Amino acid sequence: MLEVFSFGSSGWGDEMLMGALMTVLVSASSLLLGILIGIIFAACKLSNIFILKIVANTYTTIIRGIPELLVIYLLFFGGSSAVMYIAKIFGYDGYIELNAFTIGTIAVGAISGAYSTEVIRGAVNSVHKGQFEAGKTLGLNGYGLYGRVIFPQVARIALPGIGNVWQITLKDTALISVTGLVEIMRQSRIAAGSTHEPFIFYTAAIILYLVITRLSNILFDKAENTYSKGFVSKGAL
Amino acid sequence: MRFELMYESFFKIIEGIPLTLQVVSISTVLGLALAIIVALMRISGKKSMSIPAYYFVYLIRGTPLLLQLYFVYYGLGQFSFIRESILWPILKEPYWCGIITLTISTGAYSSEIIRGGILSVSKNFIEASGALGLNKIKTFLLITLPITVRQALPAYGNELILMVKASSLISIITLMEITGIARTIISKTYAPVEIFLVAGSIYLIINFIIVLAVGLAERKLGTVKAN
Repeated sequence: MLEVFSFGSSGWGDEMLMGALMTVLVSASSLLLGILIGIIFAACKLSNIFILKIVANTYTTIIRGIPELLVIYLLFFGGSSAVMYIAKIFGYDGYIELNAFTIGTIAVGAISGAYSTEVIRGAVNSVHKGQFEAGKTLGLNGYGLYGRVIFPQVARIALPGIGNVWQITLKDTALISVTGLVEIMRQSRIAAGSTHEPFIFYTAAIILYLVITRLSNILFDKAENTYSKGFVSKGAL
Repeated sequence: MRFELMYESFFKIIEGIPLTLQVVSISTVLGLALAIIVALMRISGKKSMSIPAYYFVYLIRGTPLLLQLYFVYYGLGQFSFIRESILWPILKEPYWCGIITLTISTGAYSSEIIRGGILSVSKNFIEASGALGLNKIKTFLLITLPITVRQALPAYGNELILMVKASSLISIITLMEITGIARTIISKTYAPVEIFLVAGSIYLIINFIIVLAVGLAERKLGTVKAN
């Protein structure tokens, strides 16, 4: 029964593992893009500029209120033309086609970014006011204040929340299998179709996802412990 | 922007609303029952009960909903004993596969919300109820449950929104709800932005109504003071 998972051309073992690798890659790049988006929009939400607040709030409301699948369809069907439209403004007139990985990263990154925004905003808010004041008293501003004083603290506080966002992001990447990116979901569909063994391949996919979530849980727990050194306990924060 | 297309597609897409609401409400009700059972198993204190419940929640929360849906819809149908069983008339229908998957999913997620709600009920209330001579079952039904409902309500409101969003996945197993119709129109007209705006607004309105309703219920039920 398990010979379908042999390596090489006769089995699907190596293909499934490559699919798992693709899932991890696209999840990681989406998470990074999401964190970047999260930092920008959290800054917008925390700023005193009315229009920036509205833009950031609209973004998070839309992403959190609309199915992920619709966002993926929007980018899958509209992503290339949007990029070409922007390229045209900069004077490039050629045809640009985005590959499934790029579209997937942008789509899942945009979704993940909305959750990261809230996590980072919450983390910035939980940095003690005295830290800002002390930084300003020392004559720091801009990068000196935010980059050297506030950000390291925000990163530590946001870590558990980012761990949750990672889990959500990991599962959301299953949706981009509908655009043709060969990750775990897509690969198990292909294998299930060609071997007529859907049960065993979907079970294998479930195991792969559980292994990835378990491993990443361990990693995030380790990172949390490392960066909480010198602090009393998690509960005391 | 092709406003005429948006106008036309709006009337097509709203035809999917009944199916979305139907699937969401049936799975929410069934899922809530499942969630209460799983939550009670987890806090029962008996290992034979709490361990299976823990792994059930772990399994469902650790895997994508789409995979669960494929597993139920394609995976189970592989076996002849399932195809010959009395369950097959249900399991061969994408509609019921969607409801089963969403029920299991929301059952696992909500069980954690309910567990948190039950654990948040102050010991003082339980002790007071014991002092008044109420037995375990009465204490649960008359004291713990009403307080749990109130405490779990904000988180459960979020879960309801997640359910509305999750129901879009059943379009992948051929069901024509809001997202399914939207996808069909996009591939016909190639107007992703316009259709996204229309379908997205419909989802936002549905979710906004849920937020308002949950907020109203929260205010109606008042607050619970722990001590």
